[in-house]
Amino acid sequence: MKLTSEKENDYFIISIEGDLDASSCINLDKIISEAVSNGEKKIMVDCSRLSYISSAGLGVFMSYLQDFEANKVSMVLFGLSEKVQNVFQILGLDQLLKIVNTKEEAKSLINA
Amino acid sequence: MPDSLKVPCSIDNLKDIRSFITKRLQELSVPELEINMMILAVDEICANVIIHASHSTNQSLEITVKEETDGISFEISNEGNAFDINAYQAPGLEDIVKNKRKGGLGLILVKKIMDKIEFRKENNHTVCRLFKKVSFVNHSA
Repeated sequence: MKLTSEKENDYFIISIEGDLDASSCINLDKIISEAVSNGEKKIMVDCSRLSYISSAGLGVFMSYLQDFEANKVSMVLFGLSEKVQNVFQILGLDQLLKIVNTKEEAKSLINA
Repeated sequence: MPDSLKVPCSIDNLKDIRSFITKRLQELSVPELEINMMILAVDEICANVIIHASHSTNQSLEITVKEETDGISFEISNEGNAFDINAYQAPGLEDIVKNKRKGGLGLILVKKIMDKIEFRKENNHTVCRLFKKVSFVNHSA
């Protein structure tokens, strides 16, 4: 798995490429944790090159929901493949996390 | 292609396990969407076994995929005591969010995906057997 992050105006964009599983999820955890510590408020996660996600990866996103609420952080995931989105849906996590199709939609939702 | 794979008990091998299951299920003409779900369930069990049951990479994990008349079965065998998820009360989503739990979701997934989950002891091994009903495509072709 490859993780990259970049700032675009006041958006903090994390891009995930490859498989997010029990062995690689720790890196995502680190990058989100640092973003929250650095005071990032608008986090977008580009999942367009995310080919696989297991519960370890889902768990990372879920574990920040309360921190996000407390720190007024908005996180939106975008570009999920049908296969990846299906995993969120089985658990009903698509109701708890903000998931949209495109980067533009993600920006609109963050600023809504 | 052999119907089983034996790897050292390390989370670094999860990717190899997934690619083995993918190839094997494609060979058995399992529909693509079902393949993804089954890979996920097996990956969750393997990750669980590796993280919780084995503290040494000297141990190994063996995964066997079998075609049954009405579906596919998977056997995940390792030395030592595995965690019986049937006896485990999975946490609710609210509990996971409230307590910032990073675990617990995997076992909910396995229960949702698979039709049968069984554990048995065999010699000094614990075997987890997963079964999923499948409507095979192109079977007569």
